[in-house]
Amino acid sequence: MATIEKDSVSGQNTTGHEWDGIKELNTPLPKWWVYVFWASVVWAIGYWVMMPAWPTLNGYTKGYLGYSSRGELEKDLAEQKKSRSAWLSKIEASDVGAIEKDKDLLRYAMAGGKIAFNENCAPCHGVGGVGAYGYPALADDEWLWGGALAEIEQTIKFGVRNTNSSSRQSEMPKFGADGILKDDQIGQAADYVLSLASKAPAKGSAGETVYTENCAACHAEDGSGNKDLGAPALNNQIWLYKGTKKDIVDQITKPKHGAMPAWTERLDASTIKMLAVYVHNLGGGK
Amino acid sequence: MSIFKHHAKIETNIFFMAVGILLTVVVGGLVEVIPLFSIESTIEKVDGVRPYSPLELAGRNIYIREGCYNCHSQMIRPFKDEVERYGPYSLAAESKYDHPFQWGSKRTGPDLARVGGKYTNDWQVRHLINPRDVVPGSVMPGYKHLSRPLDYADITAHLKANRVVGVPYTDAQIANAKKDLEEQVFADPASSPAVAASYPKARIGSASGKDKVTEMDALVAYLQVLGTMVDFTTVKPGAFNR
Repeated sequence: MATIEKDSVSGQNTTGHEWDGIKELNTPLPKWWVYVFWASVVWAIGYWVMMPAWPTLNGYTKGYLGYSSRGELEKDLAEQKKSRSAWLSKIEASDVGAIEKDKDLLRYAMAGGKIAFNENCAPCHGVGGVGAYGYPALADDEWLWGGALAEIEQTIKFGVRNTNSSSRQSEMPKFGADGILKDDQIGQAADYVLSLASKAPAKGSAGETVYTENCAACHAEDGSGNKDLGAPALNNQIWLYKGTKKDIVDQITKPKHGAMPAWTERLDASTIKMLAVYVHNLGGGK
Repeated sequence: MSIFKHHAKIETNIFFMAVGILLTVVVGGLVEVIPLFSIESTIEKVDGVRPYSPLELAGRNIYIREGCYNCHSQMIRPFKDEVERYGPYSLAAESKYDHPFQWGSKRTGPDLARVGGKYTNDWQVRHLINPRDVVPGSVMPGYKHLSRPLDYADITAHLKANRVVGVPYTDAQIANAKKDLEEQVFADPASSPAVAASYPKARIGSASGKDKVTEMDALVAYLQVLGTMVDFTTVKPGAFNR
């Protein structure tokens, strides 16, 4: 049977076990550790009472404080709305034109619009609206669907070629793929478009005839485009899908069509107003 | 302190020791198991959440294969900053047909729980091929290889496997899996194809523009449906507070 001895060095008892002459001290746990342990147990019981904790048959215990992370979020959002309401209520009540005329409101809308733009629009249109291949630049004065404030707001709200019923829609025919034009006609038309773009239209060329009969209805005789149809102007050097002859031939043969989401499905009206004001003031607003 | 000395009696008796271990394991097990009995009550009752269409499911498999979850979470937490940036916080109901869910907590890239519909198919394809083409500062790798054809010979089996773990695919949906998958890519969206009736809000059309179903088509179809199934314009704020 084990004999418990007192160790002369540490003053502690041994456990009484012995293995080949080696004995084990029975040192108790440090006092501080034991206190912290019991305090944690007491804390846990208090926590069960105060906070949501235990599952029940048809739910869970709500806790005396009634804390809920979603409830906290609602409070946070309400508080934030209140702190912004001085400006946001004015933006809600004003139309985009009035926002631009009010200097202070314009400054607020530009700041808010910039944040929303960088999160939602910059992935396609680039930071600052510089544009990219297939995504029009917004910082210049060339507009596909119109650069007036109301037109910009409309485009942001309902987007382009999406499933929203108010979306801007238009589709350029597949002149090559659907056999409307022959390959040589497409080449002639592309040459004429290039001449339009360098402000020296090749009058009397075969390309002009093809252009007048097939393209001018949307892109206009002089290549100035049509904002109602989203038909880009062709009489300048701004290209959505690059401007070599091959690119233009490709576009006439089987056109690429850009699309844009209807942001009214994701963003609130005030944010869209601020975005419209921001885009309008990027440099090229009409 | 005397009661603490009696544990020697248990430790030296194999019967008491076995009973003691059993009791400890039972308590530990119950604490883990009992909350699952009420799991139904933790899933919010919302309309619109449906099983993934075969194409979306194939895309989801690619999402997992490529390890997208290593950098992207799919969990908008109920915090002000997240809700402001990404939209309504994620509901448990929205991932109830995910096996396994892709919530995650590692965000090298942005959260993707509501990325559906945020960008166009064209943007998604170009971004996946080379992210720097559209987002100059991006550190995401390019996924050019996804332009290869999708291997979907076993898609029916994937639907069946999901049904085994509780996803309510109907017999008709399983029988039509292959047809639905091809239709979602090649049907004309305006012709109201059967796949759209079977899987509302499924994005119809070819993202890659190729004449075969590509892995890109599948992944983009999956990304485009993320977070779009529940219509948050009809849900009252605070309806899911708990």
